[in-house]
Amino acid sequence: MSNNGDERIVPPDLVYVFYIRSTAPKVWEALTSSEFTTKFFFGRTVESDWKQGSAWKMVMPDGALDVWGEVLISDPPKKLQVTWTVDWVDEADKTGPAIITYDIEQAGEAVKLTMTQHSDYAIARKYIQAGAQGWAIILSSLKSLLETGEPLVVKMAPPK
Amino acid sequence: MDTEDEAVDGVFRALADKSRRALLDTLFARNGQTLGELCEGRGMTRQAVTKHLAILESANLIASVKRGREKLHYLNPAPIHEIGDRWISKYERTRLEALFDLKKALENDNEQ
Repeated sequence: MSNNGDERIVPPDLVYVFYIRSTAPKVWEALTSSEFTTKFFFGRTVESDWKQGSAWKMVMPDGALDVWGEVLISDPPKKLQVTWTVDWVDEADKTGPAIITYDIEQAGEAVKLTMTQHSDYAIARKYIQAGAQGWAIILSSLKSLLETGEPLVVKMAPPK
Repeated sequence: MDTEDEAVDGVFRALADKSRRALLDTLFARNGQTLGELCEGRGMTRQAVTKHLAILESANLIASVKRGREKLHYLNPAPIHEIGDRWISKYERTRLEALFDLKKALENDNEQ
């Protein structure tokens, strides 16, 4: 089976495509700066210099660590790939990290944002499903924030 | 990308077909399927399924990735969220919440 380098042998668990009326640098900035993430990512801040090989983390509004990982690919404003370890997952359910890739391309007057989630490990289905719901809301809210200046107001229970 | 209205038209047209909704349900049950898998037990030609998938993909209701020679199809909820936001939240959220509260209140009465 051929592999063009970008393509992973493991099929993704999730692929979400959003068309956002914005520019690639703005989408990049929204994904990598707390000024934006606090508005669309359930109040979370992000910390990293976003360089390849650097650590990154996402922190909950109360200061607790939420997600951490490593920047695998950083090609602003086109591609960002990070490992994604949710810090508070039950010990029994811990596997390796998920890998989240954002591809940002200009598509006419809009930006096509593709979010792909892979993992080299089998992640429990309940986390994938809860994550799928969360990602849909987060990315919809990002789109709303960039297009209208306002994020979506969505109530969501944490994954059970 | 067309204007917003045209995009919304495309989503409703794509959803206005039983077979296409069934394809979305199949991907909801298991994401990331190949054309071959999506054809199984559907009683439709491969060409018909391909055509339906193309319509769903152009409406952005599914996203696909290439894996070797195969194409894997993923449910893409973006347009559904936008429609929900535009056509449900804006007009109906208060009313739906009121109805939901009423339903809850009535159900609680029954339990007592």
